[in-house]
Amino acid sequence: MDPIGYRPSTPGSQPNYLHPPYKSTVKRAPGKPLVLLPQTLTEVTGPIFGHDKVAPTDNDLTKQHAGEPLGERIIVGGQVMDEDGRPVPNTLIEIWQCNAAGRYNHPVDQHDAPIDANFTGTGRAMTDAEGRYQFTSIKPGAYPWRNHPNAWRPAHIHLSLFGPSFMTRLVTQMYFPGDPLLPFDPIFNCVADPVARDRMISQFDLERTVPEWALGFRFDIVLRGRNATPMVG
Amino acid sequence: MSRRITTPSQTVGPYLHLGLTWLNTTDLAKGASAGEPITVSGTVFDGDGAPVPDAMLELWQANAHGKYAHPEDRQDKPLDQGFMGFGRVPTDKDGRFSFRTIKPGQVPGRGNTMQAPHILVAVFMRGMLKHAYTRIYFSDEAANASDPVLALVESPARRQTLIADRAKGKAEYRWDLHMQGGQETVFFDC
Repeated sequence: MDPIGYRPSTPGSQPNYLHPPYKSTVKRAPGKPLVLLPQTLTEVTGPIFGHDKVAPTDNDLTKQHAGEPLGERIIVGGQVMDEDGRPVPNTLIEIWQCNAAGRYNHPVDQHDAPIDANFTGTGRAMTDAEGRYQFTSIKPGAYPWRNHPNAWRPAHIHLSLFGPSFMTRLVTQMYFPGDPLLPFDPIFNCVADPVARDRMISQFDLERTVPEWALGFRFDIVLRGRNATPMVG
Repeated sequence: MSRRITTPSQTVGPYLHLGLTWLNTTDLAKGASAGEPITVSGTVFDGDGAPVPDAMLELWQANAHGKYAHPEDRQDKPLDQGFMGFGRVPTDKDGRFSFRTIKPGQVPGRGNTMQAPHILVAVFMRGMLKHAYTRIYFSDEAANASDPVLALVESPARRQTLIADRAKGKAEYRWDLHMQGGQETVFFDC
């Protein structure tokens, strides 16, 4: 019996490889048409990571050093689900980001902004049985890049997710509500459909906000769904 | 019920190592109890033919028996407790990568077909707004001739971009990845 495949992503929700306003796509986007591959057992399976991969404290980016990092403390969380609204439990989420000053703790980043000795900017978590996850961190700063004159990236956190299959793999970026840089950012604006694009903007979440401690932001993530529910067992 | 919109993909950007290196796996064979250990090496090139120093390949493959370590593989074949089949391989400053693994066994294709041994690859880099899928096959496999996925690629020259070349007398394969140009690697829409 053929495996039940994963549906193509919602039409309009995904960028094209070539998006000339983001200049690095020009030499790195596949140039020839992709070859349509009906999914086989190879595609519908994928790596499954256990909770043993991740320590319970790996989701707190403010507690990885002797002192506290500088900046605005935030709690980011939400639910991972598929297009049909089914939760994606026990899946690995990896995040990375710059510090409050807009500097990555990475040798490639030469932006003239201070490194924070108390902030590495990387974290991991597993979703729970309902697909929920949460991170504690510092609100990342905006930073300049050389894509075009006076180009600045809006504040963002990189997120990497696996889901149940190699077909559900997703790397995305989470943005913050009301960021004035969003209309000018070619990476954010690579998605043609404004409704889909807005799915990358987190929402301020008063429920998640901890009094006298940290602001909460909600970021739900939707992975590709299946053509039908596979038989279990 | 109306469907939710899939979250858009975004590039891993230039600082991918910060969040992703901890899971680098360039020796998939470590701990495997069966199969031929092999090495696959190559270089990732951009559209100018320049090496890409900030790319990452993720790999997914069956074990030597042709069984995936995943609950949806219900074939009556042995799992290898020491072999997961996942790799995460970065390129170095010269765009080169190398990984060691076990030559995968054959797994079924759609219909009543068998696929030749292969590794599924997801390609990530700055300048790619979403990852791309390709596959690695092996030049010394007679089963390539009847592989249903290779058969989807009409041009024999393009098909060749999916096949890693085995060195004479060694379990070492060479497989380069070209994002564009005359040697552009076949990428799949799946």
